[in-house]
Amino acid sequence: MRLGSRRQAQTSSPVFKRVRHVATRPPPAYPGHVPLTLPEKAFMAVGSGLMAFFRPQRGDMVAVFGEMTAGPALPQLLDRMLECEEGRRILKERPRINSSTVDLAALSRLPEGTFGRTYVNWLERCGVTPDTREPVRYVDDPELAYVMQRYRECHDFYHAINGMPVSVEYEIAVKLFEFANLGLPMTALAGLTTIRLPPKKRARLSEYIPWALRCGSSARSLITVYWEERWNQNVEDLKCDLGVWDPPPPIWRKPLGEATGGTATAVEV
Amino acid sequence: MQSLAPRRLASACRRSTTLPPTRRWHSSSPQSAPTQTPEPGPSRTTHFGYRTVPEESKESLVRGVFDSVASNYDLMNDAMSMGVHRLWKDEFVGLLRPGSKGPVRCIDVAGGTGDIALRMLDHAREKYADRETSVDVVDINAEMLRAGYVRFKKTMYHDTSQIAFHEANAQDLGQERFLSNSYDLYTIAFGIRNVTNIREALAEAYRVLKPGGTFACLEFNKVTNPILAQLYDQYSFSVIPMLGSILAGDRDSYQYLVESIRRFPSQWDFAKMIADAGFATGEHHSGNGGAWRDLWGGIACIHTGVKV
Repeated sequence: MRLGSRRQAQTSSPVFKRVRHVATRPPPAYPGHVPLTLPEKAFMAVGSGLMAFFRPQRGDMVAVFGEMTAGPALPQLLDRMLECEEGRRILKERPRINSSTVDLAALSRLPEGTFGRTYVNWLERCGVTPDTREPVRYVDDPELAYVMQRYRECHDFYHAINGMPVSVEYEIAVKLFEFANLGLPMTALAGLTTIRLPPKKRARLSEYIPWALRCGSSARSLITVYWEERWNQNVEDLKCDLGVWDPPPPIWRKPLGEATGGTATAVEV
Repeated sequence: MQSLAPRRLASACRRSTTLPPTRRWHSSSPQSAPTQTPEPGPSRTTHFGYRTVPEESKESLVRGVFDSVASNYDLMNDAMSMGVHRLWKDEFVGLLRPGSKGPVRCIDVAGGTGDIALRMLDHAREKYADRETSVDVVDINAEMLRAGYVRFKKTMYHDTSQIAFHEANAQDLGQERFLSNSYDLYTIAFGIRNVTNIREALAEAYRVLKPGGTFACLEFNKVTNPILAQLYDQYSFSVIPMLGSILAGDRDSYQYLVESIRRFPSQWDFAKMIADAGFATGEHHSGNGGAWRDLWGGIACIHTGVKV
């Protein structure tokens, strides 16, 4: 108590500014938060950007780069969420998406054609789980940190409803779709990594760019979608609601038949 | 403050290591306190960086850190010290001059990746044509030892009697494997600050050394020059965890490493601890004839003692 009032008295003076020793940081705003100074943020932005460019497999660096470069985009996304009732509910309830909050077994028992079933099929087909998302550490405001975390965790849903695999050219296509839809700078900069793609993949990606930009910009802001309430919804109806239409058919490494146990016809490879 | 959940470090290890997972040979020996009866009250605590943790858990937390950093350890050392750690290690080995008075039996503790061991064997071979000097590399962490083993496979010492790798705890090496009075030289480089009970490690060092044997420790220490200290603090607490995050994908382990440096006793205090363990040390100052030798203003420091 006494210390707090002394601190108040000191900081209320216009001349005196409390200087913190570099070994300590301000208290974290949420668990896992690391408050960085401005030069540190610049260093992390450059470092993570370079690492993400040269080693895109380093998902953690892509994530950190996103946090460093988010800028005004995150408050804009927060506003988008606050404007709509579904978004406000998400902010109030703060759902998380990982293998302990999402019952994958129950989703796989849903009928074909529902969003939940489509998502589980997609996870299996790509060989990924909902657990691969890094926690947000460098965004200072806790609510914006949640918005960033939500964006990161919903990324797979954008893949699933568009039926896009996780290979690098489709990843970039989805990132450009996100840029058109949500406006995060990192997603546009991800487009720069096309120069590192071999020519065949670059050609394949260029088929998707018009779709990504047009569909992304005309669709509803996907950050406001409460996906967990829509597991049972028919996926085509969902796409209609959101204003999303199918991209050109992608090339999958694993045919559809294997993932769904042979109940659906295999997509042409 | 930093959340340093061991589970997260372990998962970072699985993500970042490129070596196939090793089978643990055996668990490390339990905390040895043979003269003390277990206390029924609250457990003793110790520091883990700037956190306070129960003594029993420090070992596994440190193991978690080094499991995580093992595969990138050499890269990170280069990035963090901008390559200077090589100069320090060269000076350390140059000071000890293994092989100058005949072959030595050396034990290098916490020497997992084999930096010091390789330098010692090369020094003995190149300067004194000595191919009998041997080094037993001891580390508590199997991943670090594996990294060292792989490095030695690229050298001429692989599969010779000059090098051997052992998983053991510096505080309790084990009477059966490490006999008393059996080594001429005991080295520990950048490892002793991670030991839970430094005095026990010093006691073990005293035990395994022959009378007349040398104890040598290279460690980060206190910087006395205030300007250098400011710059060094800034660099340590700002840049190193960020490099850890960018290069190795693990900020928390490097934050721990930086904090553990600050927690280590000063040059004078550590020299006193070495003397208390029974070693004969130089006078309490730095430089020639002194108990320690500061490198780069105290950023690193070499402490030596002789078993009488």
